[in-house]
Amino acid sequence: MSTFVLLVATGLGLAGLYFLLAAGLSLIFGLMDVLNLAHGAFFALGGYAAWTTMDALEVLDPVGLRFLVALLVAAVVGYLVGAVVEKVLIARNYGDHLAQILLTIGLGFALVALLGGVYTYDPRFLPQPDWFAETTTLAGARIPNSRILIFVVAVLVLVGLLAFLNRTRHGLVIRAGVENRAMVQALGIDVARSFTLVFGIGGALAAVGGTLGAVFFNGITPGLGTTQLIFAFIVVVIGGLGSVTGTAVAAVLVALTQQFGNFYVATGAGDVAVVALLALVLLVRPQGLLGKAAR
Amino acid sequence: MSRIGPRILGVAVVALLAAMPFIGVGIPGILPGAASSPGSLQVVAIGLVFAGVAVSYDIIFGYTGLLSFGHALYVALGAYGTNLLMEAGLPYVAAVPVAVLLAVVTATLLGGVALRARGVAFAMVTLAYAEVFSILLLADPLRVSGGEEGFALVSDGVPDLLRGVVNIRNRYWLALAFAVLVYVIARVVTQSRAGRVWEAIRENEDRVEMLGLKPFGFKLTSFVLGCGLAALGGGIHLLLVRGANPSVASANFTLALLVMVVLGGAGRLWGAALGGLVYGLLDLRLSALSSSGLLDGLPEWLQGILSEPLFVLGTLFVLLMLFAPGGLAGIADRVRAAIPSRGVGGGT
Repeated sequence: MSTFVLLVATGLGLAGLYFLLAAGLSLIFGLMDVLNLAHGAFFALGGYAAWTTMDALEVLDPVGLRFLVALLVAAVVGYLVGAVVEKVLIARNYGDHLAQILLTIGLGFALVALLGGVYTYDPRFLPQPDWFAETTTLAGARIPNSRILIFVVAVLVLVGLLAFLNRTRHGLVIRAGVENRAMVQALGIDVARSFTLVFGIGGALAAVGGTLGAVFFNGITPGLGTTQLIFAFIVVVIGGLGSVTGTAVAAVLVALTQQFGNFYVATGAGDVAVVALLALVLLVRPQGLLGKAAR
Repeated sequence: MSRIGPRILGVAVVALLAAMPFIGVGIPGILPGAASSPGSLQVVAIGLVFAGVAVSYDIIFGYTGLLSFGHALYVALGAYGTNLLMEAGLPYVAAVPVAVLLAVVTATLLGGVALRARGVAFAMVTLAYAEVFSILLLADPLRVSGGEEGFALVSDGVPDLLRGVVNIRNRYWLALAFAVLVYVIARVVTQSRAGRVWEAIRENEDRVEMLGLKPFGFKLTSFVLGCGLAALGGGIHLLLVRGANPSVASANFTLALLVMVVLGGAGRLWGAALGGLVYGLLDLRLSALSSSGLLDGLPEWLQGILSEPLFVLGTLFVLLMLFAPGGLAGIADRVRAAIPSRGVGGGT
């Protein structure tokens, strides 16, 4: 029983990471039809931004406070990089989806290699408060606090993102754009500004994911985000493109399937089961759980 | 321009490449030594295999417009399949065709399902197939693929002519023959009636359907042909690097192929071949840049970045996409068009 609870808790932590990575991807694809293959690099970039902040601010004492600052710095860096990438690279190729995909591939390669050149490919460990490694006993299982923290952060982000999309004017424009971009433009609203905003938000979420990922995976490497990106894509497609709630549900579904499969069946079986789930969804319900169809 | 000009150029390039093992001088910076040295031959041979595989991908992506994210799967099937068959006792010359045949059957089955989806959904399904295979290779549940270590070449089945450092020339010529063969096949089929339909599907699939043709069969043919040629490339790559490595099955390898094709110019066979060769050479040689002394004056962190092959390639690729979307082939077209007294070339 305690193993089961521990697997669920670890799975929910992983689901949190998948959600942080996939929510931005889903919004970007839903609104702009851009498959952002550089998103994994944003994830790694966030992890390294946090690591560099932790390294530079060694004087700042409690480590917890330092970690919070690092998390915020990572989010800001992620936002700026995302927004700049959209302005400089993506915006020049509106209407040419293939060119946009190819640009993000090249950018992803270059960014990951850049991180490798600066920080080497050895994992960098993020200093963290002792509290992270301590455990909380829940239903007989000793769950590392960091897992709980990641899940809580992801839930807060989900709530915040939904509030932003449903309660603000920017959110309204984004939701309308996902629904029917041409109509929004015809009404005289500048969708291009939403594009930049959504790319920035996506970058920020991925960077926060990267910071927490450095804790979850015990260190950050340049390629870490790229490995996670494939599962994030699967989460996006299963959840339904452009649907934040769908992404959250799919993230939990995918992460738990993966955890249980890998533990109870065989290493790798969970990963294969997730891919099978994707194939099934694409063939039976191409629009995903809650969203519009992939085109 | 008459069609003879480019053809003579092509023959000349192949002849020069074929004569490379007899050329005693090198190109400093690009080749690790004299052109005839084993090191140089090895680097160019791998570049030639990349060129052939890039052309095979160009059939699917550049000509038919199918964004497959799973091409690496078939290269890996060729490499691992050949090695497994050799372990089972088959000689190399028999193992390669059987592995290619297996890859063709796999491509027919998987492609038949994946092609029911279009666009990004097709990309996702092909990515998923390749990912399952890659995961299985790494997890290695049956203890056959060697996991992360890779699967060392079973050299018993390899004919003596292709074995050892002495025979690097023969392996080089084999790689060249592969690249030329793929190019010729691709050239013939893309000029055929089916090839015209592929291009029409790329431009507008609905219109092809409206004209009374069923795109599915044409798309599947293109997909299976490209995958079969990729598997052949895998079988030769296995011999060159003396083993099947899980990195050839990774999604990153497919993305690299995409970069090669677009770098050279998608939908242009010689462009894709050039892109593959350039990519292969840069990828293998850029890491030697930092030790060459060329970067000595620069700060250490900058040296570190500049000797990352993927940083240079990725940046180059982004710049090319922004300023010369036609790739290297597009640049050549523009240069040709700028020369007066000759008309613009017909293209291919």
